[in-house]
Amino acid sequence: MGGVGRALADRLLQALFVALLVGVLCFFLAEALPGDQAFRIAAARYGEDMVSGIAADAVRAELGLDRPAWLRLADWLLNIARIDLGVSLVSGESVFEELVHQLGSTIGLSLAALALSALVGPPLGVFFALRAGKLPDAIGTAAAAALRALPSFAVGIALMLVFASWLAVVPAAGYDQPQSWLLPTTTLALGLAATSSIVSRQATLAVLQSSQIAFARTKGLGEFDVVRRHAVRNAAAPVVAYLGVQLVYLVEGVVVVESLFAWPGIGHALVHAVIARDIPMLQGTALAMGLLFVLLNAAVDFACRAIDPRVRHA
Amino acid sequence: MHLRGVFCGFVAATVAAWALAASGPAAADETRTLRIVSPWEITGLDPARSGYIFARLQVAETLVGADNGGNPVPSLAENWTVSPDGLSWRFRLRPNAQFHDGTPANAEAVARSLQRAQSLTGGMLTNAPIAEIAAADGVVSIRTDRPFVALLAFLAHSSAIVLAPSAYSEAGAVTRIVGTGPYRATVVEPPLKVEIAKFEGWAGRPPAIARASYLAVTRGETRTAMAESGQADLVYVLPPEAVDRLRRNPRLAVAVAPIPRTRLLKLNAASPFFADQRVRAAISFALDREGIAASLLRSPESQATQLFPPSLSEWHVQSLPALTHDTARARALLADAGWKPGQSGIVEKDGRPFRVTLRTFSDRPEQPPMAAAIQAQLREIGIDMRVAIVNSGEIPAGHRDGTLEMALFARNFSLVPDPIGTLLQDYGPQGGDWGAMNWSSADLARTLEMLGSTSDPAERARLRAAAARVLHAELPVIPVAWFDYGVAASRRLQNVSIDPFELSYRLDAMRWAE
Repeated sequence: MGGVGRALADRLLQALFVALLVGVLCFFLAEALPGDQAFRIAAARYGEDMVSGIAADAVRAELGLDRPAWLRLADWLLNIARIDLGVSLVSGESVFEELVHQLGSTIGLSLAALALSALVGPPLGVFFALRAGKLPDAIGTAAAAALRALPSFAVGIALMLVFASWLAVVPAAGYDQPQSWLLPTTTLALGLAATSSIVSRQATLAVLQSSQIAFARTKGLGEFDVVRRHAVRNAAAPVVAYLGVQLVYLVEGVVVVESLFAWPGIGHALVHAVIARDIPMLQGTALAMGLLFVLLNAAVDFACRAIDPRVRHA
Repeated sequence: MHLRGVFCGFVAATVAAWALAASGPAAADETRTLRIVSPWEITGLDPARSGYIFARLQVAETLVGADNGGNPVPSLAENWTVSPDGLSWRFRLRPNAQFHDGTPANAEAVARSLQRAQSLTGGMLTNAPIAEIAAADGVVSIRTDRPFVALLAFLAHSSAIVLAPSAYSEAGAVTRIVGTGPYRATVVEPPLKVEIAKFEGWAGRPPAIARASYLAVTRGETRTAMAESGQADLVYVLPPEAVDRLRRNPRLAVAVAPIPRTRLLKLNAASPFFADQRVRAAISFALDREGIAASLLRSPESQATQLFPPSLSEWHVQSLPALTHDTARARALLADAGWKPGQSGIVEKDGRPFRVTLRTFSDRPEQPPMAAAIQAQLREIGIDMRVAIVNSGEIPAGHRDGTLEMALFARNFSLVPDPIGTLLQDYGPQGGDWGAMNWSSADLARTLEMLGSTSDPAERARLRAAAARVLHAELPVIPVAWFDYGVAASRRLQNVSIDPFELSYRLDAMRWAE
């Protein structure tokens, strides 16, 4: 199992690089934004009515914002070596503690969306492939393409209008009931399932046209057994591998969906940190999302190894 | 067909999961919790940051409150007196007042909390000329450097809520909310959620609503859906375009509450563009306020015919001529001021085209479209105005470093219930971050100063009208639209009322319909 160990070590190193790169990049991007940071932070803290030159000066003095940028970056790097992400410039709470709270919400939402999309997307893809060229396939593929083209923001609002406003069967937003999961999860899952159904369709079609399937049919297996025994696992390899690519969609979707549905996760915090120019919070949230991305990608890699023996022996 | 069976199974399982989750636990428990939704997030426990949320939820109280007319009314202080020289105030506290941790809310504890509020960054009391806050003989006494009539209004500001000694850390930061109100906080989860329950130690009339929850939802579409679906019982700040639709919903009562806030254009009077009063007047005539109010704000009555809205009845002067839309007059005034038509329809003076940048921000979603409308309206009279969408802090920042040319925002005239507090900040000799810029009027300054120290009602009324006239004639800022917002309340709730000063949600007066 040395291969697994090395793969893990690779991923750890990668995570470390991601952490440094994301943190430093966020710092410089936030620094490069025009305008006065002290005023932005004061506005985020005290509201537009109370932000004033006096409040901004107090913020500047409190946070040492007039120190040179490289000193503040050096501080952050030293702190991160001690796993100290600093305190939010807006709320004054520890970034690490806030992230711990938010991370749970975001991971929960992401996993639920992935699970739901896995339940819907690939089976639909296989179904379309088996009906390739016929009406269900044409409608399904077109619908999936349309769904993927819509931003998750639009999908979310549409779902909210139908299921919360008109039918009133689910809560429109919030996070205090089990039903609150339905809309944000479904919004994310629909976008994911749209892509995974198309990828699964292509993969299944490719497998179905291969000689091994022709052989399975020749030896007299029924269509169900052909698909179950010989097509599913072969088709699964590219579908799971593609999941890694889809995670980008998930990360982007989480940012939008959390704001839309008042979900207290990292995406929500990231949006607010950008607006408020809360640099430690921005670095922390981007870092957490970056690491989450590496982690999920690693999981995808290991899943590919499990599914496809060729990877293991390569 | 096996395959179709498997596929149908998947679909059925997904639908079933949805249905199961949707049915959930019965709604019976929920009917007991009043659900409030508003766009404002809890950015921290510090009273200068989120004190207003805990004040509105009636968890924490200020020393003094305000009635619908902005007049001071008892809150934690039962009554008060002021010395003949107007410098010493004595506040007698409500007997039996108790903090939610069970400790008595006595003069010592209250004075200590107010002392903290006095040194609070971003707080309101820092702007009041307070010399000393002390506790003596069971009374809170406040001494000011000069007679300061608006002190009561300042004490009603949410950054001056009174918290128990146990609310603060060693370093003086607020670590939990321990107030004196009829409700106590049971769950505080920044940035989105607060839950409250009736405080058993409350000595006044016990509230009929036993439990309530507060959820911050920044997106207007989401708040609308929560009102429509019945998920929320009280929804504050409806998007203007949703108000009519919600009005038709039989389960909801929708009210539009005028708030003493005005959307206005701030102009840098030191810039070669706006130094001339005639140019400022021209811009005012160029604005189609009626169009903006009717089609963007969906509230025709909100077009600002003067700076102070009618809801500020003491400051709104009926006899002032209304600010109107008159493009021809706007062009004539510009020409009088020396701005002549130049290339591509932009007016010029001394070879310099009239080209300026307006800053506004998107925290209030109506502002960017309003800026676009104003851009088109000014283009009609030959002014090329660019729009920069920035963070709200960029406006005071630009005021300070002199780079600001124009800004569009909504100014709250009742940061404290008496607008004089805001006017002193905004239109004093140095101008103000959210008021005049490089414009001053000795007349106005004198009038405001006298208002700050005069308590004779007739004299005050005369001074107020004089101040309003100066601002109306000189236009250091140009009013565009007054402010109102929609509130949707479930018909299951009774006795819902809206505090025009946004100090309280008045939950203690509400009850469930039978």
